[in-house]
Amino acid sequence: MQASAAPHATRTRVWSIAGRLPAIAVLMFGLVVLYAVGFSNFERAHSAAHDARHANGFPCH
Amino acid sequence: MLVALSSGALAGLLLFAVQHFTVVPLIESAEAYENAAHQTAGEAQDHEGWQPADGWQRTSFTALATVLSGIGFGALLFGSLAVAGRTVDARRGALWGLAAFACFGLAPALGLPPQPPGVAVADLYARQLWWAGTALATTIGLWLLASRGRSWPLRIGGVVCLSLPHLIGAPIATGHNAVPTQLIREFIVASLATTGMFWLLLGTIGGFISSRDEARRA
Repeated sequence: MQASAAPHATRTRVWSIAGRLPAIAVLMFGLVVLYAVGFSNFERAHSAAHDARHANGFPCH
Repeated sequence: MLVALSSGALAGLLLFAVQHFTVVPLIESAEAYENAAHQTAGEAQDHEGWQPADGWQRTSFTALATVLSGIGFGALLFGSLAVAGRTVDARRGALWGLAAFACFGLAPALGLPPQPPGVAVADLYARQLWWAGTALATTIGLWLLASRGRSWPLRIGGVVCLSLPHLIGAPIATGHNAVPTQLIREFIVASLATTGMFWLLLGTIGGFISSRDEARRA
């Protein structure tokens, strides 16, 4: 319905930081989660994720 | 975000299921060798402090960690694609997944192959630094090389990024292996094969969900 009202307006892609903020937030979220699961040296995090770290090739002792 | 969460959780769950029957048994037998070596040397166990109890508790933590790493990799892959303004479908997603497998699986494995417990290793911090640096350098290198319309200096820069971590070299292991070479080899193959499958699934599922999302919005 929206597309028929303004057929071209939504198609224009302009690269702007503001428009990409949600995507950048998703990227940062991914980095934080991966750090916690794969890299954190906090002992409990390490013990809990031990087998997953080995199985997925993250450095582990 | 929805794409990253759903494709990451689904691909991570499938990865956990496959690894539970392929990689985890190898970890368990490697630990048996590790413990036997500790006992003959009269040493205390490596792991002190809290650990999940063997059985369902350990399995559930592994499942949780695998699903979370799936979500993390999904957010990284689809977040980057969204930042770059790329739209994907299942087929393109599969190709992006394979490229990400080269960056986060194959390239770090050239210097630091996946290892079961009980194998001689270098300092943990040095290995984490080299692993993360290699993944980043490979990502930048592939991007410089493979994107359309690159000039030759940028392409050469891409080759430099790809090779630099391997010219520097991965940290060198010290100590001795408590685990037979055959088991280590099986572990490397099982780990790389299952993570490769994961990336292919992640890209395909995420690409499929994004293309349906896009079609609904258009």
